[in-house]
Amino acid sequence: MTEPVLRVEGLSKSFAGVCALDDVSIDVRPREVIGLIGENGAGKSTLLKVLAGVLRADRGRIIVRGTPVSSVNVAAAAASGIGIVFQEQAVLPNVTVAENILLGHERRALRAGFYDWRTLYALAVTQLDKLGAGISPSALTATLSFGERQLVEIARALAIEERTRHEPIILFDEPTSMLDAHGTETVLGQIERLRLRASVVFVSHRLDEVLRVSDRICVMVNGRCVSTRDRAMCNIADLERLMLGRELDAAYQQQAPLSTHGRKVRLSVRALSRQNSYQGVSFELHAGEVLGIAALAGSGGESLCRTLFGAERADTGEIVLDGRAVRLREPADAVRLGIGYVPAERRLEGIVGGLGVRENMTLAHLDELRRGPFIDLAGEEQLVKSWIQRLRISTPAADTPAHDLSGGNQQKVVLAKWLIGRKLKLLILDHPMRGLDIGVKAEMFALIRELAREGLGVLLVADTVDEVMALSHSIVVMKDGVISGRFPATAAKPSRLQVLERMV
Amino acid sequence: MTPTGHQGPVGSRPAAAGPELRSWAPLLALIVLCLGFGLAEPGFATVENLWTIADRSAIPLILAVGSTFIILQGSIDLSIEGVMAVSSLTFAMCALNSRTGLDLGVLGLVLAIFAGAGLGLLSGLVTTCLRVPSFMVTLGVWSLSAGIAMLLSGDQPPLIKDPMLRAFGLGRGLAVPNLFLVAVTVVLLGYALQSYTRFGRYSMVIGGGEDLARLLGLPVDRYKVLAFAFAGLLSGLGGALESARIGLGHVEVGVGQMFATITAVVIGGTSLGGGRGGVLQSVVGTLTLAVLTNGMIFVGISPYAQKAVQGALILLAVLVTTWPLRSRLRIVK
Repeated sequence: MTEPVLRVEGLSKSFAGVCALDDVSIDVRPREVIGLIGENGAGKSTLLKVLAGVLRADRGRIIVRGTPVSSVNVAAAAASGIGIVFQEQAVLPNVTVAENILLGHERRALRAGFYDWRTLYALAVTQLDKLGAGISPSALTATLSFGERQLVEIARALAIEERTRHEPIILFDEPTSMLDAHGTETVLGQIERLRLRASVVFVSHRLDEVLRVSDRICVMVNGRCVSTRDRAMCNIADLERLMLGRELDAAYQQQAPLSTHGRKVRLSVRALSRQNSYQGVSFELHAGEVLGIAALAGSGGESLCRTLFGAERADTGEIVLDGRAVRLREPADAVRLGIGYVPAERRLEGIVGGLGVRENMTLAHLDELRRGPFIDLAGEEQLVKSWIQRLRISTPAADTPAHDLSGGNQQKVVLAKWLIGRKLKLLILDHPMRGLDIGVKAEMFALIRELAREGLGVLLVADTVDEVMALSHSIVVMKDGVISGRFPATAAKPSRLQVLERMV
Repeated sequence: MTPTGHQGPVGSRPAAAGPELRSWAPLLALIVLCLGFGLAEPGFATVENLWTIADRSAIPLILAVGSTFIILQGSIDLSIEGVMAVSSLTFAMCALNSRTGLDLGVLGLVLAIFAGAGLGLLSGLVTTCLRVPSFMVTLGVWSLSAGIAMLLSGDQPPLIKDPMLRAFGLGRGLAVPNLFLVAVTVVLLGYALQSYTRFGRYSMVIGGGEDLARLLGLPVDRYKVLAFAFAGLLSGLGGALESARIGLGHVEVGVGQMFATITAVVIGGTSLGGGRGGVLQSVVGTLTLAVLTNGMIFVGISPYAQKAVQGALILLAVLVTTWPLRSRLRIVK
């Protein structure tokens, strides 16, 4: 057996008390392709980012060709032979292809401190040729297509070869998640090609892809690498079982069935389409119903949520709320109509960090607390206190800055912000459990169920099957922007496998 | 893989004629402006008037080159006027003058430039080491340097008595104003720096994605400090040259230059967000302002209205340069 080029030993990493990587060990052999799979939040991306020097591990060692490395940034990781191709492309749009490929390593193309552009272009072409890419090195990167920009990033990672005099180890963070079938083929082709001159570790949600190009497959669950298998030794069903193979927590008990018969239709979405996001989406959501949309990142679920909250516009289609067609031009329209939105990016879009809990809660509904031109401060305080109690938000005081709270409590504040509104009809939850620990999750689960019982319509978008299954009465599965499966509340409950196979 | 590659569903952008047209728009506007004034007022299009415009735009050009690098990086320099004041007084008090006994000649000019570079260095170091936004830092440095200049000036501004320096400030070589020749040299130097050195290219990179540049291990702070020092140096040169022209070291040599410089850089097409534009664009912007100011006098627009026109112009320029970014700036709160 050949010596591994990369050896990961006991890597651990946690964020604010939540364990993202738990004692992970992996070997990568020369010219081997390793596929890394797991549910969202399983720690795949964290592992890649630690290896690439974007994040620092709490514990553990990374050993490249027998030498332990500690990478503080991507450049340092590259110096030890590890290059990364990011999920959100890390290329500068406003400079040339050649500059992107050789960024930070232009020295060889400098003559007395001045760029010799011809040499720079030639050096870039050397890298592009390894990929057989006919991209002009002098082109402005912004003018390239998505696939071409990805090639530029791969070329940058390949340039490590000359600098370290070894074949590089190239990490891909979900290279195909944003691509359609043709783009995916291209990327998989590139990985096949890289096998001749590099070792590759790549993360993907799509099991068929992983099975196609990987030599070995590593399954991650809850921050641990639970299984590493040769490609020949497994099939899709095995991998699915490994990804989900754990005991269900108490919180994940199934939602009680619901009869939609005779219930009012709260929200009806008809043939909604938005270019590059989702196509022809139709469904109905009843009062008191939780409708779960199971969709992987980039499958159109988030974008759909944002459309229903007025933050992105649909190209065609109709949104009907309580029997009336509505036009949502901006979030304020949605708020007026009684739609609440709990965003996935809590820190960025959900709370105003510097403001206190009280202000965050009443922000969207100050109109209802108005007395003439003034805000009824006493009334506000009463209201806020009652919600802090009801949702069991643990905060030192009502005026504690929201960014000082834990993630779970922040999420409760965001929820309270909408629940305060008297006419709330529809609550959109975009990955509401992301980054929450299990205790808070259980509380949130109970709360969402209770809200639905009170007659609210709840639209939930999540990427973990368990979450969707546990909360929803009916389930819609989205894949690549279209609905790939429907499990209405009236029909029999689907199995987790049935949902999962329509997602990936 | 075909050379054209594949257009993915996300991140694909329409390769319209939009960006191309936008980058030429400022130059077109300048040409239209010249033609318009030329047709409206025959006195505008004379050789003599063109040299007047060149002379008037010499110092703004020098200042704009410095500011271009800072704005390309996504920062801003508001200290121009204060730095000019300090260098003006440094220069006037080192050359043969009415106040001190010094007669350092050209060395005085060099000292004045160093004083400017020093103040720029200070702005750069505070911005990067203490992580204070550049607009706050340079606002402070403006105030600081204006104070220093007032202390140096006292109640009697020094008169410059060195005949050679005075002659240089006012004179012309081969019909071309000397100061304009200096400005052209600075522009060429700036263009070379922008296109052929790491300083210039990394300025572009920093403006395009500072986080990414840091992630990839580029010494971002070093190049930011360099940009501030370079801009300070050019502000210093501008202040000293203005003094040579008026024959006086004065606290107010730079009044109005900060706003004019930023206006010029922005209407040339360098985006205030950083990462787009360049020295040549700033030259177009500066000339546009100079032509506008000069032409408005010719067609008899009142000085008060001229200010308003300048302001309207910067609003328009900002709107045009940031329009395509609008949708990206939307965040749901």
